[in-house]
Amino acid sequence: MKIKTEAGERHVLAITVDNEAGVLAKITGLFTARGYNIESLTVADITADHALSRITIVTSGPPPIIDQIIAQLDRLVPVHKVVDLNDAGEAHVEREIALVKVAGTGDKRIEALRLADVFRAKVVDTTLSSFIFEITGNSDKVNRFIALMRECGLVEVGRTGVVAIARGPEAL
Amino acid sequence: MTEMSGADMVVQALVDLGVDTVFGYPGGAVLPIYDALYKHPTIQHILVRHEQAATHAAEGYARSTGKPGVVLVTSGPGATNAVTGITDALLDSIPMVVLTGQVSTALIGTDAFQECDTVGITRHCTKHNYLVMDPERLGPILHEAFHIATHGRPGPVVIDIPKNVQVATGEYVVPENILHNSYRPQVEPDGDAIARAVAMIAAAERPVFYTGGGVINAGPAASAALRQLVALTGAPVTSTLMGLGAFPSDDEKWLGMLGMHGTYEANMAMNRADLIIAVGARFDDRVTGRLDAFSPDSKKIHIDIDRSSINKIVPVDLAIVGDAGRALAAIVADWQAAGHKARDLGEWWRRVDGWRATRCLDFPEKKEADAEIMPQRAVKALFDATRGRDPIVTTEVGQHQMWAAQHFGFADPNRWLTSGGLGTMGYGFPAAVGAQIANPDRLVICIAGEASLQMNIQEMGTVAQYRLPVKIFILNNEWMGMVRQWQELTYESRYSNSYSDSLPDFVKLADAYGWTGLRIDTLGELEAGIQTMLDTPGPVIVDCRVAKLANCFPMIPSGAAHTDMILQPSDVTGTMDDEAKALV
Repeated sequence: MKIKTEAGERHVLAITVDNEAGVLAKITGLFTARGYNIESLTVADITADHALSRITIVTSGPPPIIDQIIAQLDRLVPVHKVVDLNDAGEAHVEREIALVKVAGTGDKRIEALRLADVFRAKVVDTTLSSFIFEITGNSDKVNRFIALMRECGLVEVGRTGVVAIARGPEAL
Repeated sequence: MTEMSGADMVVQALVDLGVDTVFGYPGGAVLPIYDALYKHPTIQHILVRHEQAATHAAEGYARSTGKPGVVLVTSGPGATNAVTGITDALLDSIPMVVLTGQVSTALIGTDAFQECDTVGITRHCTKHNYLVMDPERLGPILHEAFHIATHGRPGPVVIDIPKNVQVATGEYVVPENILHNSYRPQVEPDGDAIARAVAMIAAAERPVFYTGGGVINAGPAASAALRQLVALTGAPVTSTLMGLGAFPSDDEKWLGMLGMHGTYEANMAMNRADLIIAVGARFDDRVTGRLDAFSPDSKKIHIDIDRSSINKIVPVDLAIVGDAGRALAAIVADWQAAGHKARDLGEWWRRVDGWRATRCLDFPEKKEADAEIMPQRAVKALFDATRGRDPIVTTEVGQHQMWAAQHFGFADPNRWLTSGGLGTMGYGFPAAVGAQIANPDRLVICIAGEASLQMNIQEMGTVAQYRLPVKIFILNNEWMGMVRQWQELTYESRYSNSYSDSLPDFVKLADAYGWTGLRIDTLGELEAGIQTMLDTPGPVIVDCRVAKLANCFPMIPSGAAHTDMILQPSDVTGTMDDEAKALV
């Protein structure tokens, strides 16, 4: 007997929660306990009094599972609001930052710098044999940049994961 | 404002919240709270013999009264022993507040003596939990914890209190407004959804009410509204294991329990219905059977206070999020306001009566006085002997639980206490202790199996200490019967480790604890034995020897549909494939 798994579409969820100990564990634990995917997760407090945090989770699953994830998150006591940014179609902005370290000399080093310019990546550190680039964009752009850097001496990558916000004047 | 210690605040908060009983077990990290309790005689503390039993007793207290159960245990093993009962309360939506002692804040994280990460361990088996680091937070947190445990879908809340927080002093603060800043469960149903539900019910030709534990949790008014709605619509009613008692079992519209060990008529009605009205039930796998064959031709209305229950397993046509009682009352009111009359469901009832004619709960038995007792007969005899005494019945988990659900009838809610979701062996006896504490003048019977009972049998000491007249009625077949039944049906009768070897002599055990012990061996002794149990004051344990290899039927085999019930032992054929085995 083989165990079947279901493929699904990518969704970006924005969740506001009480900024208190254990909240992140509660949320990530819900995902592991119920077998949901986390592709990326970011969290930081967002209010002047540090009372609320915003968590952005990129997950994937068939539509009924996405509905379940939202309902399960929504009933957790410290969760204030859960919004599926995909509900607004493409009407949300997604960004992540990557720091990309590339080492090498000669043509590869020049090529790395030229590609970074094309991607509007910033050089934030340099030695005679390395660069650290900072690139901001949606995940696709960051992925493509990293893929190109693999050919130019990529040695290390750090990524923030996705933050996202709906377009237009309304708040979450 | 006078300063008081954290421990005094805990006890003061319990008093302010109307708590009359705490089930617990002392230990190093809760000694300050135990000392504070010593000075507050208004709160009765029931000393159990194992922390798991404290949680089940609190569940029994809660389930039989509708009030939250309260537990007090120490850190480390005290907390971990409570985890099973906490999880049981989560799965069955039982309101419970568990206070756990913790090592002092400076020692947290150092692997101190009797330290465990209680909030970490209980994070996913509680509705919510707290670690209190400041005594002045105790007042607000205790009040909030009771609010969360009892509002919306009820559940267990753990409050972990380090020992130095119990000792430190501060101001006891009672929150004026316990409206939680983020937890606001929807209790009032949406009016448009109610109107749509009424129209769907009025138009249905083959409706069935499928009710669950949510109706019990919503209080006696919900059961009353259900009865009213059934009377108005004339539709049949079935219920989950957890929902028994919400609708009277002697009513002609009652189909019996549904699901794996439900009745043929209940399951067939679910399968053939054109409308299912699910109320406070959650489409558990033990209820639905094979999902792709579950009630294929029906529209489905789902009333539930927990939005995450809706569309979780079975997609529904109309969702009503809210309190079951308020939703049922709103449907009744709308139905009457719209001037609907009960539709002629005669054809539907004729089909139901056809299924009833299979008499699926009948069982073969010998009638001679020296014949062995069929377990079903024992339950029926117990039911007959206690009619009119309105007993509270608890069960352990296994065959005896299913036989009790099938053959014991309930007229009202809060009389049937069983572990449905988690299926915890060892639940029934301590739950009976809690129910008896809450209802000192009522008849409380634990229908047990000899294997389950032994999981918390140490509570015989608790019963003796508080002189509780709890009756334990063991259906003793010398097997972990449900395990053995599955091994017979699925594993070609390879009875791996399911024999109850080296059983104690329960009569002598009763004697050892100062109880009365009785043994019933044959059919001829059954009625008199039960009568003796009922007539004997104080706690009684009855070792009722029953047919050893009886199986619980009817039964939907795993991976099968409602229409594929095994009605009799002779219907069992072949062995299961791996897909079916994995679905168990």
